[in-house]
Amino acid sequence: MTVESTAARKPRRSSGTKRAAGAAGARKTAAATAQPHDAEPQLVQLLTPEGERVEVADNPDIAEFAPFVADITTDDLRDLYRDMVLTRRFDGEATALQRQGELGLWASLLGQEAAQIGSGRALRDDDYVFPTYREHGVAWCRGVDPTNLLGMFRGVNHGGWDPKINNFHLYTIVIGSQTLHATGYAMGVAKDGADSAVIAYFGDGASSQGDVAEAFTFSAVYNSPVVFFCQNNQWAISEPTERQMRVPLYQRAQGFGFPGVRVDGNDVLACLAVTRWALERARRGEGPTLVEAFTYRMGAHTTSDDPTKYRRDEETAAWEAKDPILRLKAHLLATDGADEAFFEQLEVESETLGKRVREVVRAMPDPDTMAIFENVYADGHALVDEERAQFAAYLASFEGGE
Amino acid sequence: MAVQKLTIAKALNDSLRKALETDPKVLIMGEDVGKLGGVFRITDGLQKDFGEERVIDTPLAESGIVGTAIGLALRGYRPVVEIQFDGFVFPAYDQIVTQLAKMHARSLGKIKMPVVIRIPYAGGIGAVEHHSESPETLFAHVPGLKVVSPSNASDAYWMLQQAILSDDPVIFFEPKRRYWDKGEVDVEAIPDALHGSRVAREGTDITLAAYGPMVKVCLEAAAAAAEEGKSVEVVDLRSMSPIDFDGLQASVERTRRLVVVHEAPVFLGVGSEIAARITERCFYHLEAPVLRVGGFHAPYPPARLEDEYLPGLDRVLDAVDRSLAY
Ligand SMILES: Cc1ncc(C[n+]2csc(CCOP(=O)(O)OP(=O)(O)O)c2C)c(N)n1
Repeated sequence: MTVESTAARKPRRSSGTKRAAGAAGARKTAAATAQPHDAEPQLVQLLTPEGERVEVADNPDIAEFAPFVADITTDDLRDLYRDMVLTRRFDGEATALQRQGELGLWASLLGQEAAQIGSGRALRDDDYVFPTYREHGVAWCRGVDPTNLLGMFRGVNHGGWDPKINNFHLYTIVIGSQTLHATGYAMGVAKDGADSAVIAYFGDGASSQGDVAEAFTFSAVYNSPVVFFCQNNQWAISEPTERQMRVPLYQRAQGFGFPGVRVDGNDVLACLAVTRWALERARRGEGPTLVEAFTYRMGAHTTSDDPTKYRRDEETAAWEAKDPILRLKAHLLATDGADEAFFEQLEVESETLGKRVREVVRAMPDPDTMAIFENVYADGHALVDEERAQFAAYLASFEGGE
Repeated sequence: MAVQKLTIAKALNDSLRKALETDPKVLIMGEDVGKLGGVFRITDGLQKDFGEERVIDTPLAESGIVGTAIGLALRGYRPVVEIQFDGFVFPAYDQIVTQLAKMHARSLGKIKMPVVIRIPYAGGIGAVEHHSESPETLFAHVPGLKVVSPSNASDAYWMLQQAILSDDPVIFFEPKRRYWDKGEVDVEAIPDALHGSRVAREGTDITLAAYGPMVKVCLEAAAAAAEEGKSVEVVDLRSMSPIDFDGLQASVERTRRLVVVHEAPVFLGVGSEIAARITERCFYHLEAPVLRVGGFHAPYPPARLEDEYLPGLDRVLDAVDRSLAY
């Protein structure tokens, strides 16, 4: 962000701008100055990019959150590491399968593993998740078979799993819509007197949608047990966060009347702690929280996107140094938390996962043509019945005929 | 020199460039339209040449995009808005239907709403959900809006400029799977009227009426039918609101048979309106009921089924045969 935002702070007008009519063109509008975006933003961090634990004594700001991972053992750390490695492997496999033509599209989570595994592992089984379309790591934590995520990207279905089995809702592609579903679901949880919580995932771009503002409003006034987990990966396709907001995202919650926290999204431990903290608030009946996981999308927006058109290699390289997986690995190595055998065994496990994903995807059958007419209504519909019969007769006319 | 061979995408890009050059009040707005040039590159290079004041990357908020375009129009600008994909226009539907469409009438004609909303629409590109839909009827049904869709490069070039010149709000549907089709564009020609239909192929036995992506399918069907000795006329409607019923009537009076083809669901679709009107106008000329070929009353299916879902050559020819069998 740093390079981009300094450039944007001094609005320069190109020759084209001069052609803009008179007075309006003279004032900055489209090229509005960006808020000086924190080069090193304040965020909750428990593990530095070098893999060192941050102690409360060094940073009193984390005192509120650190206790939420006080119980985390070395075994747990290895599990979190394993989750991130396997998720990355799955994601990489899916990207490769798209390149081979097995998937129509893929939205990679590369770089966002810590945000997803940290928050995903904070959840209890009876909590309910509303993802967008990039939450493969959260799905992993929920126990959704990762190959089930690929059907919609291959084009054989629009979902591919039963949301009720793992309390993991279907992916939502229309930006921001699911934040309202999460809020409504949370309103229901509260009405039922249950102590489970709800979490909604969305991106920094999504925060511009009216639906998201409405979700904030509803959850605030009904004090709903929902955590809004925004993965600020710095970009909404080609648009940097400066094109979406003028104040740091997490601060927005305050205006709606609930707390907002910015967490280092590349620090799995901090993501776990902050999400547990927010979920606890929800369970205690203290209402919604906005968590902004400050992270970075290392790859393209989707396999259809070309990030070289809009972002700089230097920026991506700077974020590479904050890699969530290398960070935890450094920590495990430095503390003798894992030995070579662990990493080797994980590599074998990754290979097995990759192989299984490839095999399942290649064997995924195309749906039956008549599936077009299935499940349009729960109670049936005369028009659908009529069209189904007509189309079946039409298809049958080819058989035997010519 | 005046005639160039362009893809539809390039023709649209040239058309926007021309509009920006001609009128300083024209603005381009939308998600990713700047540096990226839009996800389909229709606005490629425009921000570079006209600046961020004219080619505006907006926050990710469709209601915001259309709502502010209305405000800019009130202030004398002529916004050309890009909605990234068909399925994402609905957050803006409220602004379009309750505000944009009615401003002129409510102000007793004092306020004009020269807003163009460009929407890449319809299927055939193997995309995921919400990227392949044909919602044109939902807009054509709304009084106050005009709705058009070009099927070829020349129309893409000219119709977009005409839409921008129009003082009415125009919903401009771009057939995304045809973006890369090439055609001749005469940039010095006198274009057809924005809302007139065009006979794309002459024939005597039956008329096929279509717009946007289905015109090409109908032309292929006509060519295939010709091999079987059937003479099929193809009318490119170009505009779905208003519809050029006079032009269509003239064709049907010649051929006496009509099949309407579109990707959108048939039920209560543009074809339904055409069937009703043409039956009223041409009752004594018709040798067969007006038939419709189109989408089913079902959500747009996953990509692996879209070839079955979308009207193709066979389904169009089947309808031609059924009509001729009466
Ligand atoms: C309502 C709507 N408008 C536009 C799109 C097209 N689109 C898909 S993803 C995207 C960018 C989303 O950015 P962000 O919310 O930051 O999430 P990220 O993809 O970066 O995780 C856009 C514009 C959409 N899916 N839905």
